[in-house]
Amino acid sequence: MSPPDTSEPMIVFDGVEKRFGSNVVLKDLSFTVAPGEHVTLIGPSGSGKTTILRLLMTLEQCNEGTISVGGRYLSHEERGGKLGPPREKYLRDVRKHIGMVFQQFNLFPNMTVRGNLCEGPTRVLGLSKDEANARAEELLDLVGLKEKIDAHPTQLSGGQQQRVAIARALAMRPDVLLLDEVTSALDPELVAGVLKLLRDIGDTTDITILCVTHEMGFARDFSHRVMMFDGGRVLEDAPPEKLFTEPDHQRTKDFLQAVLAH
Amino acid sequence: MENLPQIVGVLSDGIPETVIATLGGVLLTIVLSVAAGLLLLSPSRTVRGVTRVYVEGFRGTSEVVQLFWIYFVLPVLVGFQLLPLFAGIVVLGLNHGAYGAEIVRGAVRSVPRAQYEGAIALSLSPAQRMRRVILPQAFVEMLPPFNNLFIQLLKSSAILALITVPEVTRQAREVLIPNFGADTLLIFGVTFVIYLVLAALITLVMRLLERVASARLGRRPSRAARAAARAAGPTGTEGVAA
Amino acid sequence: MPVWDWNYAFDILPDLLLALVTTIEITLLGSVVALLLGLVFAVLRRLRIPVLDQVLWAFVEVVRSTPLLVQVFFLFFVLPQFGVTLSAFVVGVVGLGVHYATYTSEVYRAGIDAIPKGQWEACTALSLPRLRVWTGVILPQAVPRVLPALGNYVISMFKEVPLLLAIGVVEVVNEARELGSLTFRYTEPYTIAGLLFLLLSYPASMLVRRLERRRVTA
Repeated sequence: MSPPDTSEPMIVFDGVEKRFGSNVVLKDLSFTVAPGEHVTLIGPSGSGKTTILRLLMTLEQCNEGTISVGGRYLSHEERGGKLGPPREKYLRDVRKHIGMVFQQFNLFPNMTVRGNLCEGPTRVLGLSKDEANARAEELLDLVGLKEKIDAHPTQLSGGQQQRVAIARALAMRPDVLLLDEVTSALDPELVAGVLKLLRDIGDTTDITILCVTHEMGFARDFSHRVMMFDGGRVLEDAPPEKLFTEPDHQRTKDFLQAVLAH
Repeated sequence: MENLPQIVGVLSDGIPETVIATLGGVLLTIVLSVAAGLLLLSPSRTVRGVTRVYVEGFRGTSEVVQLFWIYFVLPVLVGFQLLPLFAGIVVLGLNHGAYGAEIVRGAVRSVPRAQYEGAIALSLSPAQRMRRVILPQAFVEMLPPFNNLFIQLLKSSAILALITVPEVTRQAREVLIPNFGADTLLIFGVTFVIYLVLAALITLVMRLLERVASARLGRRPSRAARAAARAAGPTGTEGVAA
Repeated sequence: MPVWDWNYAFDILPDLLLALVTTIEITLLGSVVALLLGLVFAVLRRLRIPVLDQVLWAFVEVVRSTPLLVQVFFLFFVLPQFGVTLSAFVVGVVGLGVHYATYTSEVYRAGIDAIPKGQWEACTALSLPRLRVWTGVILPQAVPRVLPALGNYVISMFKEVPLLLAIGVVEVVNEARELGSLTFRYTEPYTIAGLLFLLLSYPASMLVRRLERRRVTA
């Protein structure tokens, strides 16, 4: 895999802290992700991996520090040279460039597959019905579900629903794609299909991808970089070849052993 | 504003009638709800059928019609007329008892099957099972919807004004409006306050009961049950997204 | 004089049916108010706008805890003093509609609260505009599941229309009273009035129950 372009970072976390009540989930967290880079976040549950994705999707707001994507702040809004709390309108604009796929798919059950895929492009990007439709068909072809375009989500298997959800996120042509344990809710026999689709997307697009997963095999051959989290901090940050074979920390070793054993 | 003392005075004269009507109605409602609620669970088809006729009959018609029927038609059929307040209490009880029956039936049915089986394993008689095991548990479930039902009954007591019972609403409409026509806002403002206070008292008592009953079962009063009862409102126990 | 006079009963039936039409008109118009206003209340409360939220809460509590009859009198006697004079019919529609809006708002709220959090998050992930989130995703899921509960309230409203005889609306019971006062026979008019209510509201509530069961099994 070719090393990604490292000139201007796509994602910047700078001194980020996130608390839920008195529970500190992320502590003084700083890291950057280059455009086109695929980064996998691993670590024990409760280590704050998912929170990072949720902060990037603006589903949560951080308590300290700044977060920016594509050179624009997510955590703050710049007004008259000063940083203030972001307004909904501003957030909506920044958010357009970020897509997310959820563990539970979260497809809209009141719409068909077509409706799910056209919703964002027509309502947010301002595409015409025909343009959105063409895009939907093209993406469904990519995820191998062209014949399901007029089905309702409830008529699909979990794996199919998740592939539709991936297509829905891609329909927005995002610069950044967030994958939050996208195979965790799937029956074991459906996991491989979804992972293969993600590999294809990784190979054929230049989307920056952040991924939280327990699939270590996938993490290993999909990512350029793996970040091991523990207790709200980055314990280790290395290419997968290094992190999976000779990690620096005993904690990482133990974690990998525990995950691989099961 | 200078008429406020008189307005409050006249409306206060109606409070005893409103309270008596409500309390009487509540007592009758409790008796009828439990009786009809348990009869709805009877193994006998006939018993269930007859009880259904009562429940659907009163839930299916307007309370005002029921009131007028008992006050104006019944005397023709039986030869004597009920006192207005008494007729009112009877209608409030019969009407809300029909709604309460569904609450009791639903609460008894919501007690887990395992509790029945446990009671049978202890060789309790059917009556003992009901009294000692099922009802105490069902009782807690019933309190939030009954709180709603009793407030509904308090509000319904205003229709007694239509058959000359001098309760709060009639005092406002028949005594105050003709005499203090310029103070209508004040008249109804005070009337609203009186009903709000009475409703708050009902809720207070019911919450207290809820706390006592829950403590006896080693539970905490359920917020969710209260919210569900609120959404279900006066039309019954069913019908809201779970 | 017989207890029940069939000839008299048939004589008064047309007039009672005509009054029933008025009752149904008020029910339907009141339902429109209750269903729309309740939805507005529910959505506004969900947005938690400071001050407005508290005002709405207080309004809903007062309306829910006080008699509809008093509220109808309020509209009928107080509003004219502020230059707003409504006909008895309109007072009935508005009174019933607003009263029941406080009930339907709780129903909508329960329906909205039952929508999984993931649906809201997916909307955020797609950057959907606020209005579209409500009209395209949340309400189309929330409203169908509360339809049975809303149906029950429409039936309740129907049964409360006779209250409006207190301000002179000629609905079924008022018509029955008028007819009775002409002949001093009340048995037939009031009994027929009661049966008319049962005849309409019982099948309607059966229909709602079926809707409910279908929703549960679906």
